[in-house]
Amino acid sequence: MYLRSGDRPAASPRIALRTAVLGGVAVALFAVLFFRLWNLQVLSGDEYLAEAKNNRTREFKVIAPRGDILDREGNVLVDNRTSLALQLNMQKLAADPVEQRAELARIGDLADMSLRKVRRTIRESEEVAAGAPVTLRKDVDYDLVYYLEENQRQFPGISVQRVFVRAYPNETRAAHVVGSVGEVSEEELKEPRYEHLEPGDEVGKGGVEYTYDRYLRGEPGLTKIQVNALGQPTPGGQLVSEPPVPGDNLKLTIDPDVQSAGESALASRGLPGAFVTMNVHDGQILGMGSSPTFDPSVFTRPMTQAQVNALYRDPVSAPLTNRATESYYPTGSTFKIITALAALEGGVITPSTSIFDAGSLTVGTQSFQNAGGASYGPLTLVPALEVSSDVFFYELGWKMWDSGELQRWAAKLGIGKESGLDLPGETEGLVPSRRWRNQLYKEGETDRPWSAGDNIQLATGQGDLQTNPLQLAIAYAALGNDGAIVTPHVGMEVEDAAGRVLKEFDPKPRRRFHIDPAHGAAIMEGLHQAAQGPQGTSYGIFGGFPVEVAGKTGTAQRPPHADQSWYAVLAPYPDPRIVTVVTMEEGGFGAESAAPAALQILEAYFDKHASSVSASGTGLAE
Amino acid sequence: MMYATRARQAHAEPFAIRVSLAERLGLAHMDWPLTIAALALAAFSVFTLGQATVDDVPGSPRYFVDRQAIYCVLGIVGMLLLTRIDYSRFRELRVGIYTFLCVSVSLVFVFGFAARGSRRAFEFPFFSFQPSELGKLLLVLALAGFVIDGARRGSERQRTLRYLCLGLGPAALVFLQPDLGTSLVFVVATLAVMYFGGVPWTHFAFIGSTLVVLIALVLVAAPTVGAPILKGYQEERLTSFLNPDEHASGAGYQQNQSVVAIGSGQETGRGDRATQTRLDFVPERHTDFIFAVIGERYGFMGAAFVLSLYALLFWRALKIVTLSKNSYGTLVAGGIAVSLLFQVFVNVGMNLGIMPITGIPLPLMSYGGSSVLATFLAIGVLQSINVQAHLAQKGRFAW
Repeated sequence: MYLRSGDRPAASPRIALRTAVLGGVAVALFAVLFFRLWNLQVLSGDEYLAEAKNNRTREFKVIAPRGDILDREGNVLVDNRTSLALQLNMQKLAADPVEQRAELARIGDLADMSLRKVRRTIRESEEVAAGAPVTLRKDVDYDLVYYLEENQRQFPGISVQRVFVRAYPNETRAAHVVGSVGEVSEEELKEPRYEHLEPGDEVGKGGVEYTYDRYLRGEPGLTKIQVNALGQPTPGGQLVSEPPVPGDNLKLTIDPDVQSAGESALASRGLPGAFVTMNVHDGQILGMGSSPTFDPSVFTRPMTQAQVNALYRDPVSAPLTNRATESYYPTGSTFKIITALAALEGGVITPSTSIFDAGSLTVGTQSFQNAGGASYGPLTLVPALEVSSDVFFYELGWKMWDSGELQRWAAKLGIGKESGLDLPGETEGLVPSRRWRNQLYKEGETDRPWSAGDNIQLATGQGDLQTNPLQLAIAYAALGNDGAIVTPHVGMEVEDAAGRVLKEFDPKPRRRFHIDPAHGAAIMEGLHQAAQGPQGTSYGIFGGFPVEVAGKTGTAQRPPHADQSWYAVLAPYPDPRIVTVVTMEEGGFGAESAAPAALQILEAYFDKHASSVSASGTGLAE
Repeated sequence: MMYATRARQAHAEPFAIRVSLAERLGLAHMDWPLTIAALALAAFSVFTLGQATVDDVPGSPRYFVDRQAIYCVLGIVGMLLLTRIDYSRFRELRVGIYTFLCVSVSLVFVFGFAARGSRRAFEFPFFSFQPSELGKLLLVLALAGFVIDGARRGSERQRTLRYLCLGLGPAALVFLQPDLGTSLVFVVATLAVMYFGGVPWTHFAFIGSTLVVLIALVLVAAPTVGAPILKGYQEERLTSFLNPDEHASGAGYQQNQSVVAIGSGQETGRGDRATQTRLDFVPERHTDFIFAVIGERYGFMGAAFVLSLYALLFWRALKIVTLSKNSYGTLVAGGIAVSLLFQVFVNVGMNLGIMPITGIPLPLMSYGGSSVLATFLAIGVLQSINVQAHLAQKGRFAW
């Protein structure tokens, strides 16, 4: 068994020879491997190390769709549509300048852009984010995409990216409230609120898009793609993919009916103006609009020069300005409630104090007339408000000219103060005071110090007073809610995609103060009479309105402009739920243009809420 | 071994009264450098996989390490078992082995599990098995038997032709799976057995020139007349290494990245900063391109160390070729040695960008149960040849 037929002594000479030959071959092969290894790692290691470091994964951000913006009933004000954008990857262009120029020219033809424009777009983009793909044109149509796919070779570096673009199904609806979005600017990137953003990201540029940006924005996803040394994605080289987290939806306090009524009321008169309708108890803005307005969708595509001019270069129409919060005017007689409140609470008068209206008030050398040359004889507060006697309030202004009482109450009611509204662009405004004017006088900015005349002007909402419809609405609301200065807000809830409420916005009143109930009731009655009493200044408008209201007209003098029309109204009377303020530049008397607009808004509101009004017994007239 | 032990006991030696434990386990006459080289390579493989594949399978950073470690343990057990068996028995079983080889390789076509367009392996609940890997060893064992057996039958030419047919049959089956790399190993193993079986040089010269003509036909002539034999990717892989830059994004890309990876390792390696292999620039980094991982992570020191271990392994294998107590052992050892050398050279050459991409794993280093197991078994057979040779010498000496 041990020595079998096939067995031979080991290592015959032939085997030894063949083994030796094989050994030689093996030595040669190993030598080749060692030499190659030495060559790669030791001799040329530096080059390969550089190449390896150059060899990066490229990260592509996957844009998250922004959350929708809804009105209080869940109707869409702003959502997204997908759009195709033409992107250019500079790395893929030819290195040779002549060739590159030809390529860019071809690409320009494709995108319907001049070579100069293509280069400018590239340059601008490189300034913000060097190396990132340049978005040449958004919103390209499918024909172009198909053409591109068929002729890809002619257009190196061009790709089509699906992007989300804001869509505004109701066009200009609540444009100033919702605002617009745009690419984050270099300055913005330095702000802490944009900490994790990168150039090219879209952020809210105005309205709630700005204020609630962090809820709406969402989280971009990330796709890491491995690229070779030439920066080309390698086949099958998708490494990591984090899906984007869409932004949350924002529900606004905006009431669709109030909003559209207000907007059409403004639009129908064609005058620059604004309206604001607010819940007097919690500060929810039910409607806010400004005219002229704009369609935020213009910001989603490249603007023509004409559009740029219309939006930015026209100081008169200034459509981007929210006149409800960003424009400041004297308010005319609508200010009288503040004068009345200051006088009552300051003990200057009581509700039964009678002042004789002789048609004018002369203080020193200055004479102050009633509007329209009227004279109403002896008046107490309620009829003075009803007929809007100026002389009555001139008297009050004169009596308080030195005490600062009027200014104190204006400040208490939020006139000339930031309201804390959740929209950007608000400033304080101005309530003229002794200190203010005397300071100006000292600096030589004006020709006279504070005088009684200034306070007399202020008492009727004229002169240097600078406030806006929102501040006036807050002041009126305080009258209707026993002295709470509400925090106005348009943001109501943040919801996730499934409609679950993630966060509610219910800001507390900024402050409260005490109003003697008798004083409040007297002013309210005066306003009610002004709106619906037979002598009332807006009886012609509100006399037939089925809901009892308390409203005041205002006619502000703004030389060299024509008079500005104001109307401020609390409804229903005597326990108001909402306040509406309307103003129209150059709209004439308050009853002329602002009051009818306010009526339209109240009609829209009470059409919807009529049943609750009658049920609560707060009173339908007649 | 059993026979030998008995023989020794029959002629009691005064100096070896006790049979040592090592002898009982069959470890006494193992070739230790060979064992150490194999174990070191396997250990280094597990170590490398442990560092380089942490992120490969989400949620289980030890996926590849644990499996490779298990394969290695199984392989080592298999190697030790084979060490104790007299390899000569495989000669008697040659027909059975050959039949098993052909059947198992063919069955893949029926029951095989398709991965990346080719059917190579059987899928079992917890593992898959690739019969062609073990087939490399089986082919050597069977073919060596046929060569010894038919050494006196027919003319030299007939014999050469017969050996070629016996070897190329299974090679063709594997080629059709399609698994170009393994079928090449089959061909090389066949030629190696024939080489040590004494086939004349002139025949090899003839085979060589025929091969050249065939390659020319397959790569140049057949595609031009519109009847390609290789699949497109196979041909591209085979030829792209000649000018990798031209195929920078296709087949040559992998190789280019592998070369960059190895080069960037420089003398001492980049460790965890090894971006090339860590960030997926180099594909198949745990299998075919594990040498690139070693090159990048551990630099010239690590890569040269691994190459040295292979050199040691091959040197010991060649030594066993010359030691073998019988021709069958010589042929088997030669076949195993050459096929190991071939696999190492082709795989490392591929990693270094001087050989085409053929999908041949690096023995003992590449992740994969079939390959690790088969290689350890092959080394077990080498050990067995060594043990038997020592026992036979001792036996003769004892007489």
